[in-house]
Amino acid sequence: MQKGFVAYNNEQKSLEAETEGIKNSQTLIQKAMNWFSARSMFVVAYGTGCGAIEMPPVFTSRYDIERLGVVGVATPRQADIMIVSGYCSLKTLRRVIRTYEQMSEPKYVIALGSCTINGGMYWDSYNTIKKLEEYIGVDMYVAGCMPRPEALIEGFVKLQESIRNNTIQPGYVKYREDYAYYQANQEKLLGKETQPVYEEDYAGMNLS
Amino acid sequence: MFIDLLIMLVMAYGFGFLYYGLYRNISARVHGRFGPSLAQSFYDSIKLFTKDTSTDFGWMFFAGPIIMASGAILTVLFIPYFNHGERLVGLSPYGNLIVVLYFMVLGPLGNALGVGSHGNPFGAMGITRGLTRLLGLEMPFYIAVVGLMIANESADIGTIMANQAETYNIIAHPLLFIAAFISFLGFLGKSPFDVVGAPQEVYSGPAVEFGGKFLALALSQSAIFSFAKLLLMVDLFLGGADSLWDLILKTFVLFVASVFVGNVYGRFTTAQSVDFLLKVPTVIAIVGLLFV
Repeated sequence: MQKGFVAYNNEQKSLEAETEGIKNSQTLIQKAMNWFSARSMFVVAYGTGCGAIEMPPVFTSRYDIERLGVVGVATPRQADIMIVSGYCSLKTLRRVIRTYEQMSEPKYVIALGSCTINGGMYWDSYNTIKKLEEYIGVDMYVAGCMPRPEALIEGFVKLQESIRNNTIQPGYVKYREDYAYYQANQEKLLGKETQPVYEEDYAGMNLS
Repeated sequence: MFIDLLIMLVMAYGFGFLYYGLYRNISARVHGRFGPSLAQSFYDSIKLFTKDTSTDFGWMFFAGPIIMASGAILTVLFIPYFNHGERLVGLSPYGNLIVVLYFMVLGPLGNALGVGSHGNPFGAMGITRGLTRLLGLEMPFYIAVVGLMIANESADIGTIMANQAETYNIIAHPLLFIAAFISFLGFLGKSPFDVVGAPQEVYSGPAVEFGGKFLALALSQSAIFSFAKLLLMVDLFLGGADSLWDLILKTFVLFVASVFVGNVYGRFTTAQSVDFLLKVPTVIAIVGLLFV
């Protein structure tokens, strides 16, 4: 018992030492940039699954997350954070990847609900993915089926803390550095063409 | 002179974002929320300036926001901040009201050029809505301004301010003020005339493809431009400002009036807003013109 505790303690210390190292390696400008990134978050809410219904209360009068500097935007170009709010079918995944790649860096992803962690209640489904982090960089998981709005707010607060203190390696950095891994996973499911193929334009006219 | 111009710009940026923060706060209270901190708009702006830009649709795409910003900056530099004509008069001795009105439409045109270079249909829809609305906005505003020019026999903003030493134009020409104020609400782009960037309809319209630094530039110019319009209204109808406190008080009163109108009324459609602007304020302005 004692031995295990010491081992755990040492491991915890070494982990903390690592994060301290990251913290101290930041320049003043990086610290300021991180502070502003944490203080102002534009969210593109990718509503998939039942999590989509938990998001409106977070953004409106009841829970009012604008207090924390979090606001919704209409397009991924302007967004810093994407919330993927539940299971992703293969068809949805294409759009999620497309949306993620349209966002400009620094960008973060919050995965909402158990379905994004291990498939949740769709654990044996043939056409939903089980782990979102195999396809895009995920920064924060909010577990639950479904998580309450308070849990999502807690997720935002934790993400803001970790951005401010620079305690995690952001998902977009991992995505950029290990792109071969993510691309292989995407291609395994979706084939070579991971981008959505548009056969009709917005006016409903057939292009082919 | 150069320092004056710099101070004018910094003040316009600061007050523009401060008022935008207040707008968000007051709207939040109307919705029964607490709302963000007053400085939130500054945080947003600075954060966006530190972000990358992931889009590239050729040089005109990037020139669009820069032309918009030039329009906003030139507008604010040609409007005197105070009525005593000593400090912070900017370039106003070199240009009159007609120049200011010209620069005011430079922004939307720059926006149209930038938006036209990317193929996003929502951008094109937004800009079409914006230019259509501009047709409606300009008519009553220009009639009101022409009325003031006739009454003062001058197109110089300084002269119009000086002539208000005894009676403000808001009392001397109330109909012109009402017409100009309704059109000013539209120029601010707040409800009920917020057809351009309606997020639920055209996904932020002209700004749909802009992210990062160019969105920051677009937001900053919008803040500066809003303050320029407040200043212009104060100079034309409220006798300009004697001191900094006077300036803050008068712009703030006008601003709060516009926020409350925006929070009470829902959004017009584009056709409705042009219809309304060409009927109600234009007729009021023409009647006001007869009394000049």
